[in-house]
Amino acid sequence: MKIEVDHHAGLPGVFARENGKVRINAGTLHYRELNNMVKGAAAEGLEEIELENVFGQRYIGSGIRRPVRITVHGVPGNDLGAFMDGPRITVDRNAQDGVGNTMNSGTIVVHGRAGDIVAMGMRGGKIFIRDGVGYRAAIHMKEYRKHVPVLVIGGETQDFLGEYMAGGLVLVLGLGKKGKPKLAARHIGTGMHGGLIFLRGEVEEHQLGKEAAVERASEADLEMIRPHVEEYTNYFGGKADEILGSGFIKLYAKSHRPFGGLYAY
Amino acid sequence: MLRGARVRDDKDFSGCSIFGMMNLRGEKFNGDPMITAIANMKERSNGLGGGFAAYGIYPQYAELYCFQLMYDDQAAKEETEGYLKDSFSLEGAEVIPTRSCEGVSDPPLLWRYFLQPRESIACDLEDVDDFVVRAVMHINVFIDGAFVFSSGKDMGVFKGVGFPEDVGRFFRLDEYEGYIWVAHGRFPTNTQAWWGGAHPFNILDWSVVHNGEISSYGINMRHLEMYGYKCTLFTDTEVIAYAVDLLVRRHGLSIEDMSRVLAAPLWSEIDRMPAREREAHVALRQSYGSLLLNGPFSIIISNREQMIGLTDRIRLRPLVAGRNGDFMYISSEEAPMHLVDDTLKDTWIPHGGVPVVAELIKPAAREEETGGKVLSISGAEPA
Amino acid sequence: MKSYILPQYLVERDDYRCIRCEVCARQCAFDVHWYDEEEDAVFADESKCVGCLRCVTLCPTNALVVRHNPTQIPPNANWTGEVLRNIYRQAETGGVLLTGMGCDKGYPIYWDRIVLDASQVTNPSIDPLREPMELRTYLGAKPDVVKVGRKGGKPSLETRLTPQLRLETPIMFSAISYGAISYNACESLARAATEMGTYYNTGEGGLHRNLYKYGDHTICQVASGRFGVHADYLEVAAALEIKIGQGAKPGIGGHLPGEKVSAEISRTRMIPKGTDAISPAPHHDIYSIEDLAQLIYALKEATHWEKPVSVKIAAVHNSAAIASGIVRAGADIVALDGIRGGTGAAPTMIRDNVGIPIELALAAVDTRLREEGIRNRASVVVAGGIRNSSDVIKAIALGADAVYIGTAALVAMGCHVCQKCYTGKCNWGIATQDPYLSKRLNPDVGTRRLVNLLTGWSHEIMEMLGGMGINAIESLRGNRLRLRGVGLTQEELDILGIKHAGA
Repeated sequence: MKIEVDHHAGLPGVFARENGKVRINAGTLHYRELNNMVKGAAAEGLEEIELENVFGQRYIGSGIRRPVRITVHGVPGNDLGAFMDGPRITVDRNAQDGVGNTMNSGTIVVHGRAGDIVAMGMRGGKIFIRDGVGYRAAIHMKEYRKHVPVLVIGGETQDFLGEYMAGGLVLVLGLGKKGKPKLAARHIGTGMHGGLIFLRGEVEEHQLGKEAAVERASEADLEMIRPHVEEYTNYFGGKADEILGSGFIKLYAKSHRPFGGLYAY
Repeated sequence: MLRGARVRDDKDFSGCSIFGMMNLRGEKFNGDPMITAIANMKERSNGLGGGFAAYGIYPQYAELYCFQLMYDDQAAKEETEGYLKDSFSLEGAEVIPTRSCEGVSDPPLLWRYFLQPRESIACDLEDVDDFVVRAVMHINVFIDGAFVFSSGKDMGVFKGVGFPEDVGRFFRLDEYEGYIWVAHGRFPTNTQAWWGGAHPFNILDWSVVHNGEISSYGINMRHLEMYGYKCTLFTDTEVIAYAVDLLVRRHGLSIEDMSRVLAAPLWSEIDRMPAREREAHVALRQSYGSLLLNGPFSIIISNREQMIGLTDRIRLRPLVAGRNGDFMYISSEEAPMHLVDDTLKDTWIPHGGVPVVAELIKPAAREEETGGKVLSISGAEPA
Repeated sequence: MKSYILPQYLVERDDYRCIRCEVCARQCAFDVHWYDEEEDAVFADESKCVGCLRCVTLCPTNALVVRHNPTQIPPNANWTGEVLRNIYRQAETGGVLLTGMGCDKGYPIYWDRIVLDASQVTNPSIDPLREPMELRTYLGAKPDVVKVGRKGGKPSLETRLTPQLRLETPIMFSAISYGAISYNACESLARAATEMGTYYNTGEGGLHRNLYKYGDHTICQVASGRFGVHADYLEVAAALEIKIGQGAKPGIGGHLPGEKVSAEISRTRMIPKGTDAISPAPHHDIYSIEDLAQLIYALKEATHWEKPVSVKIAAVHNSAAIASGIVRAGADIVALDGIRGGTGAAPTMIRDNVGIPIELALAAVDTRLREEGIRNRASVVVAGGIRNSSDVIKAIALGADAVYIGTAALVAMGCHVCQKCYTGKCNWGIATQDPYLSKRLNPDVGTRRLVNLLTGWSHEIMEMLGGMGINAIESLRGNRLRLRGVGLTQEELDILGIKHAGA
């Protein structure tokens, strides 16, 4: 059996540009070449950058401080939008690990799944993942005044969601399962000392970190998260009312000082 | 060669990329997609080691043990061949074909032998495989400048110093056809560039490629040494290969139970299990605690019938699996799976400590099967 | 619960000298001293005294003496006073023992077993006061080969070097976060580094907006908590440092308690006021060496490859292999912090028992990088108990490009190493966020004291270099022939790569 690998239709890097828009064929270009092209296009003032045939190039969207729109056709590499400050990235397939690492502002929309440590240390902006995510999503997410990061996960998450979470808002919609989904993730909110996590479905006590408190989401809570659910359904379809009407629980930090009593002074 | 000269550190430290691809029906394909896939994860390695294992590549000798060896010099080769002739009948001996390739330099002498243990010697022993393991250990420990880097049947390991794609071209992997392939790109933290130090690590049919560092290495090694394994390479990957051999081949554990040893559930989870299940888990941890692989790892373990992906119990290293019809993939990253299979859709991220097992559909099973429905994957969670 | 812990110090007041001015009472944040009007006398609650000597130093009539409490517990080589005190403290609180500053245990200080060479007869020593003497040092990756072409008959560089830090003296100020120390202390470090043509390090607490103007002399740290790490912070820095570990607490994270997270610290760290600032033990995006490479290049990509990236690790058993990996992962600078390195707060058992002395780690790392032919791909900076200019010069001869000083810089600003930084009540205005205390450190004075210290050390380094007949620091860097050991075992000499004195 012969397996043909055709990984870049056309030459990598070929530009097509029209009306403030540029198309770049990524193929197997090294990330540094690709990102230089993207940065160059942003510096020129182009507002729409389309990347075709992306196969694992890292750091797309890093180091750009303009609100450019980047569309990724393919699977972007690790640290998509790391330290990002402004751009809006749309991915048409799955993303890998480290989406939105230490991100400050901007938006990332993934029409698929994301890997581990989505939104790690994220401080601002929004991330929407249509399907599920891997381990340690929203780990050490934090907020400051008006900078409140938002992560919306359409599917499920794996373990350690919101570990050390210090701020921000995480929604786990648990879509794709009928009725009230029973979440499988363990160690949710371990060491949590700020922020809010809303989960659609049920969890058992032992799935939560001991620093996380849990209660039913109130009407006011649901109104607060409504715009983000609506934004999700705008991107990926579905009915916000249906999702919001099917029961959310809210996790929050028992204390802003979870380890205050640990030490002998 | 540096095997004798090495080791001031406790062991080798390295990070990595791993990739595995299997045809569940045993249909064979050549090494090209493997080279493409592992090259796509170049950022995860640093050019100081790459390797492959391929199953089904020696059908003409399928029932013979194939020893693939690297020699520092002619003297080591002569001594090894003398030793082999005493214990085995040599059904074939040849140079492993290579081509010159930029990025791969100073290869050792590379030879392979197809061997049948001599009945007069092996028949006294209850287990021929144990006899073969001892022969491998003997050569690796006592014959200076000789190293057996694969010893299974109808399979071979190809590895060396360089980026994996260069190592693959050097070994002409485009000319081999197998139904299970695994690949590894290495990021060691030193240049003790010994070819034997690259992955995969192999013993008999078992091959292991590994990403991560095992913090429990010291006790894992000492435990295995009680069972006659000689950890000559000072790598945690070697330890994993021997642990799998001990648990599955010698102690008869299932793949799932082996995973319960290597990536044991937390006590808090065990405490919540129903009584019978709990009893089994407690006993496994009590008895095999020294084989718990503590610290970050993702591995692909393979043998002639299976390709198994596993991560540590809190998944500190990445692993993605994918399936498209008869093809099964396990990888450090998602992108390379799509690079080699542009119609792949079904991919998922396995839970920490839960093995993904792809098993060959045996011919008998194929006949019984209806409607082309293949199911030989466990641990899978189709998206 | 009555505490069984005996006072560690006795406060002795000469009543004849005491003028009841109450300076001691006002200066002590631990509330040791108080004035009783009825009795017209000043008293002391010695159980609260930490031995920082602020009162003694400021007493206008030298009426005070603070000394170790001479009361002896029953003599016992195992169950010493310190062991008992720790057990009583834990029996009374159930907590983890906490301490500040560097390890105070008696591990060997190899600097004190190494002596320097000097020229006699066969080559001339140099008088640094009148002859040229160069301490300038560049930190960053160096190419193996530099190609120089010609343009109009003049040399024209063809090999572009990657970004470098230029130091006028090979001494930088170690990472100490705003939070661990006061704003005034941070400002003093920033201004002194700028004035001396060297660098200070923000630590992991972000960078106060007012200090952005010293950015050209600032190394901005990116640690596991990512506090205050945003685009401006990355852009303003002269270099970035990924903090993996710290000599005082290898393998564990940090924790700035909520009560120290004031409005200003909250703004700088970009976290809500009063919230614990938790730095996880690992970076959760680094679980393996290839992940470190990923973060190094993420930072380079985010800053357009314009800044060197340093990686700081604690000195541990396999530092040489780890450092090799760090260099291969793309770091421009490897910073090593030894077991005597300081901290604002660390669990005592970890501070005193984890890690290795910096001298051995430095020697092993430099040797390994040279064996592997990659020593010029990164600079090596060492930290962890550098006390004076001779420690600096010995470190450089062992193979360091430069050193970081932390404790010595704090001492220059007034610290008396009482090891109570974690209480936040530093009477010297350094390790505190209390405005009443922190204003005691005037940044003009702090800057001057730090500049004076570096000036003095730099002169001494020049004197020692001159004595060896060397007039440029690079001729001493890694020049281990100019070192000899005294009273060391062969194994220690082998690791240090030096001969015994007389050989």
